[in-house]
Amino acid sequence: MHRTGELYGQFETLGQQKESATLGMWVFLVTEVLFFGGLFMTYTINRRAFSTAFGIGSNTLDITLGAGNTVVLIMSSLTMAMAVWSAQVGKKKLVSIFLIATLGLGTVFLGVKAIEYKQKYDHHLIPGHGFDMRYRSAHPTASDDLRELAREKQEVETAIKSDPDINYHGQLYFSLYFGMTGLHALHMIVGAGLLLWLIKGSFAGRYTPQYNTPVEIVGLYWHFVDIVWIYLFPLLYLIDRHH
Amino acid sequence: MSDTPTIPALELPHKHYLNATYGSGLRSWLLTTDHKRIALLYLCSVTVFFFIGGVLATMIRIHLLTPSGALVTPETYNKLFTMHGVAMIFFFLIPSIPAVFGNFLIPLMIGAKDLAFPKINLLSWYIYLIGGCFVLYSFSTGGLDTGWTFYTPLSSVYSNSAVTPAVIGIFINGFSSILTGLNFIVTIHTMRAPGMTWFRMPLFVWAHYATSLVMILGTPVIAITLLLAGLERMFHLGFFNPALGGDPILFQHLFWFYSHPAVYIMILPAMGVISEIIPTFARKPIFGYSFIAGSSIAIAVIGFLVWAHHMFVTGESTYAALTFSFLSYVVAIPSAVKVFNWTSTLYKGSISWDPPMIYALGFIGLFVIGGLTGLFLACLGLDIHIHDTYFVVAHFHYIMVGGAVMGYVGALHFWWPKITGRLYPRALSRFAAIILFIGFNLTFFPQFILGYLGMPRRYHTYPPEFQVLNVLSTAGASILALGYLLPMSYLTWSMRYGKVAGSNPWPATGLEWKTDSPPLTENFEVTPEVTWEPYDFKNRPDLGLATGAPLPAPAHGDD
Repeated sequence: MHRTGELYGQFETLGQQKESATLGMWVFLVTEVLFFGGLFMTYTINRRAFSTAFGIGSNTLDITLGAGNTVVLIMSSLTMAMAVWSAQVGKKKLVSIFLIATLGLGTVFLGVKAIEYKQKYDHHLIPGHGFDMRYRSAHPTASDDLRELAREKQEVETAIKSDPDINYHGQLYFSLYFGMTGLHALHMIVGAGLLLWLIKGSFAGRYTPQYNTPVEIVGLYWHFVDIVWIYLFPLLYLIDRHH
Repeated sequence: MSDTPTIPALELPHKHYLNATYGSGLRSWLLTTDHKRIALLYLCSVTVFFFIGGVLATMIRIHLLTPSGALVTPETYNKLFTMHGVAMIFFFLIPSIPAVFGNFLIPLMIGAKDLAFPKINLLSWYIYLIGGCFVLYSFSTGGLDTGWTFYTPLSSVYSNSAVTPAVIGIFINGFSSILTGLNFIVTIHTMRAPGMTWFRMPLFVWAHYATSLVMILGTPVIAITLLLAGLERMFHLGFFNPALGGDPILFQHLFWFYSHPAVYIMILPAMGVISEIIPTFARKPIFGYSFIAGSSIAIAVIGFLVWAHHMFVTGESTYAALTFSFLSYVVAIPSAVKVFNWTSTLYKGSISWDPPMIYALGFIGLFVIGGLTGLFLACLGLDIHIHDTYFVVAHFHYIMVGGAVMGYVGALHFWWPKITGRLYPRALSRFAAIILFIGFNLTFFPQFILGYLGMPRRYHTYPPEFQVLNVLSTAGASILALGYLLPMSYLTWSMRYGKVAGSNPWPATGLEWKTDSPPLTENFEVTPEVTWEPYDFKNRPDLGLATGAPLPAPAHGDD
């Protein structure tokens, strides 16, 4: 199909093209809800079955980093919304600035996530043969709060009495933790790629009040990925949190 | 005779999508974004998988000729039925009618130049190919023996066959299905020609809208489920492995949440095909248009609420079982609405026995048997008796082969003149349709009896008293194979030698028949404007159909 300016040949008008693109993105997001839905379902069922192990798992997560990342992500949604608005009112320079800000915040989020993963690796909490829920309290480092570690140790010991397979069930928690946050991070990386493409277009001054569909639908996608995290954060970090 | 004016022979249009010159040769096909060419790419690739699945089915039937098994070892037998199921379900039936005929026809039927996202359409075909390669890799390096259902922990822990590449292949292939569904939904919403209101759309389009809903809502769930099972196998995780605290029943729930609605991905498009063929060859407006349209949506919606009827023997709670049993009965209602409306359309119609019509009537008969035996299986008490027997095998083959494949072959015959511009021999094609019907029944009807007598599915041996019925079934399968090979040969023959069809050979009333056969790349010279109601054979002067005027007889190829 031939393309005339920004209008692809299968469409009659730019309006029809925009309507199709927007609806297409919404339909795609519906499929994403179902895609994540399978994981959320698996998580919920197992959380209920092994609440002790999952509770201990939740408490090993770093709430400062998690909450900080939540703020970073919400900020990135704000800058994304501002980028869409700037495109709609024709402030071409602002479009680039806000898109770059969004990309920056997204990268910060991924960086923090990497730090959290590294912590879990150091604490032997990656599912597999080296997995051990008791490793951390048995191997304190200089920066650890010893009182907190003692409390953690106590907690695991009590839990083992009621759930001797706690290392298996803890692995389930961490499999799901890495699965869910990993899939989310993958979506962030795809989003970052889309942002790079948008930034390139914005430098060329492509987005105008008449034509800004790409900014708008990537915006939809970015907000969706944000919302997934809004659900992941309480599910993974906050349930059964007591210190 | 001599004073009959000679009708000038029809000629193919000068320019059409098959000879359009953009790029050349293979490249113009592999990089095409034309929905009609992509449909043909899909036609070729699903045919390949149909053959693979067919060869495996043939080996199963040969093996079951004798009570102790005539052909292969027990392990190989497990692989045969598993690979037959995977090839046929994921790589033939699910893409068959939507990706071939939906792709080809939806833009033509609603008066659009193409689907909303032509590049995504091509992408979906490449995704299908990549997924297909993974699965073929699995088939050829150790095979697959878990059953097409991939139940854990057999698939994720104990199986020694090539499960991982198969799971990856099906995971990838899912995205092809999702993108096709997405494309259809957006196209139907935003690309309709002026005057093409929702209730003037052909029922084929309604059926595909419903199918697309199932595709976009169900497929992501099977994707994530198989991904989890695959990860469990690769990294020894425990999501569905009871030894590590996981829950195998959860896998079954998630699996059937997609895989039951997937049955509707297979049958709804076929129902759409039948809704086009029946009024054309009964030359009557379809009876109860809005009920047929609505029943497609109803099937798609209710179809999502019946999945646990596959799990009556897993020990699920009685209340859950009762609910799922009830809902499974409910989904029979919209299906029956369609059957009654098709038969009411036939009443007092002027019926002609052309090949597409024979397939359509065959579909109705087989679908009724398949549907009614489905009610046997939805019945809690009876299901305990016939669960996992050949009764189930016969039931779903009546729906999937007797229903979906009959619809597919019927669609091939109905739209072949539009796709290639040529007609096929009439007597031979009628003969093939009847052969297919007879062969099918001979193959699968004995399996109902076998199942009711207690022969379990997926066993490589059986007691000697079941041999007669098994031999009958195998004999039927060879007739059935002839029923597939015949159309394949004369349709291929007709591509070059068939009589030229003209734009509307039957004649039918849809928009796709108002353009050339084969159509232009842009489908229509000018965007059509729809001012008529669907399936109206009386008030269509543009097609030469008017009240009182004699109805032209369907055109047919030379024998």
